[in-house]
Amino acid sequence: MTRKSRFLAAPYLVWLAIFTIIPLALIVVFAFTTTVTVDETGRIITAEELLSAEADGVVLGELTEKTVFTLDNITATSAYMPVMVRSIWLALIATVLCLVIGYPTAYLISRLTFSRQKMMLMLVMLPMWMNFLLRTYAWMTLLERNGWINKLLGLIGLGPFEMINTQGAVVLGMVYNYLPFMILPLYSIMTKIDNSVLEAAGDLGCNPIKTFSRVVWPLSLPGVATGITMVFVPAISTFIISRMLGGGTNMLIGDLIDLQFLGNAYNPNLGAAISLVLMAVILLCMSITNALDNEDMEGGALL
Amino acid sequence: MNKSRNKIIELKSISKSFDGETVLNNVSLDIHDNEFMTLLGPSGCGKTTTLRCIGGFVIPDSGDVLFNGKSIKALPPYKRPVNTVFQRYALFPHLNVYENVAFGLRVSGTPDKEIASRVGKMLDIVELEGFEKRDVNSLSGGQQQRVAIARALVNNPHVLLLDEPLGALDLKLRKEMQIELKKIQRRMSITFVYVTHDQEEALTMSDTVVVMNRGEIQQIGTPQDIYNEPKNAFVANFIGESNILPGIMHEDHLVEFAGNNFECLEGGFAPLEPVDIVIRPEDIKLTPPGIEVLNGEVQTVTFKGVHYEMIIKVYSDIWLVHSTKAATPGEIIGLSITPEDIHVMKKSEMPKITRYTVDSEAALTKGGNSVD
Repeated sequence: MTRKSRFLAAPYLVWLAIFTIIPLALIVVFAFTTTVTVDETGRIITAEELLSAEADGVVLGELTEKTVFTLDNITATSAYMPVMVRSIWLALIATVLCLVIGYPTAYLISRLTFSRQKMMLMLVMLPMWMNFLLRTYAWMTLLERNGWINKLLGLIGLGPFEMINTQGAVVLGMVYNYLPFMILPLYSIMTKIDNSVLEAAGDLGCNPIKTFSRVVWPLSLPGVATGITMVFVPAISTFIISRMLGGGTNMLIGDLIDLQFLGNAYNPNLGAAISLVLMAVILLCMSITNALDNEDMEGGALL
Repeated sequence: MNKSRNKIIELKSISKSFDGETVLNNVSLDIHDNEFMTLLGPSGCGKTTTLRCIGGFVIPDSGDVLFNGKSIKALPPYKRPVNTVFQRYALFPHLNVYENVAFGLRVSGTPDKEIASRVGKMLDIVELEGFEKRDVNSLSGGQQQRVAIARALVNNPHVLLLDEPLGALDLKLRKEMQIELKKIQRRMSITFVYVTHDQEEALTMSDTVVVMNRGEIQQIGTPQDIYNEPKNAFVANFIGESNILPGIMHEDHLVEFAGNNFECLEGGFAPLEPVDIVIRPEDIKLTPPGIEVLNGEVQTVTFKGVHYEMIIKVYSDIWLVHSTKAATPGEIIGLSITPEDIHVMKKSEMPKITRYTVDSEAALTKGGNSVD
């Protein structure tokens, strides 16, 4: 790297420092600290002491607040294990559904004529032009007990079904919102698969199923890995979808974090600790995905 | 020369059109055992479509494709006993050289041991031993080409289809691969159906050349037949270089063109029938002016190595002449043609055939499609 190009990278480094490194460092600091009340001698006054002193009318002297190192926040997250497991589980289901729906869709689009491809891609992206909240809110009115779907089903004598405020509704919201993030990377890798390569597979004895398993699937794996990442990460940390479609009974890890920072459970230290654990979980999941991807690619690098 | 041999593939008057545009019009063709057949023609003539009909990638609208007398028209490519070498190789980018070649054998469930020996042998034949573990994307064009050929041949196909396989290679490599392919075909006794637009390639390698234009077969014959006895003006023009002139047949063995009557060998035309006259540039002898009926002014002289290429203006016509003796531009010179070098052809139905003019001289020199 020359001196000049290093200089050119400076704005990016500043950006990275301000918006990534410093916030991350702050989260780590918050996660491992807590605020305590101390008197003039430096003795920690617990909440109980404070309450009883107040009740008894005793004056404890001049009290100050102090930030101290603690592991309590991290250990406290274990209490939220069920929420974490539920988040992973729902995000996983949503990711698998996105893959199952997105893969054939992306493949079919990639085999269309160029102008049709453009049109289909636009249709895939069209919902994204609308505000995320609005889109999710629309599902609320559709899924409600007196919503459109139940009304329509009622016309043919079915229902009404309890659809809103279920885990199914949360997964539906995730699939609906994140499907384009699965289709687009898959599509972009699939358009690079030359038609003549597929013809060559047929020529060498592959029926359509074998052509898929021996050529299309291995060639599309990098797109699969990208798509999984792009759906799984936002799905596991979402809080809007679960709040609007899950009705509070299906709290996800995102809701929990939101609650610690902006909600009535205000405790940024715990919130930071949960965020940190979530980050670790995501990194673990991604490394598993990448390991699978690399294993399958053994014996040939990809373009 | 192949009449006595067993027909392996027969195309029975196949036609095909894409989006209303006719690409193949009533094409019939017999391909024999161990034959090296070349489909030759300009781009868009239907040669690749013909090949793809045999490979199974195109289903003809009408007509039939027979393999050893049985129709294979409805069979998908993976059920046909033929293999293809694709125009741009179409190697599998996620597999190494060995796995690319082994692909067909793996699909058919051949035991690993047999795969190893057959792939090894095939890599030997295409001179790629030691490349087994290489990534196909790291190979040169020539090497990729060899992998593509090995990948097709390792399956012991009855017929190998090759779609302009040497098109992307440089001239020297192309010449080497032409000889190589011919050697492989002889050694393995396989029928090759080879598509090219390069007439020199066709003449060098083939047992039989099929000249195509506008979805129709123009002529089928040995390279010698095609070159020496072109059936029509298109073939004459496409194979080698030719002077093509409009003429009128007065009676048997007497034809008028370029303002004069000439003796010729052909007969059997209607009286005063308009015809095309084809004269090869190397068949024209230069003489001092005034001896022959045809005299012209030398326009340009280009040295071509073996001969000089001259453009000579005779009245308003432009003639292309190859001669070992050079003339000087501006010189008036006589042109001598013997009756056996005048080829008279039925007026071709094609609306327009490229004629040599002074303007096209640059293109001519650049094109370099000289047979000599």
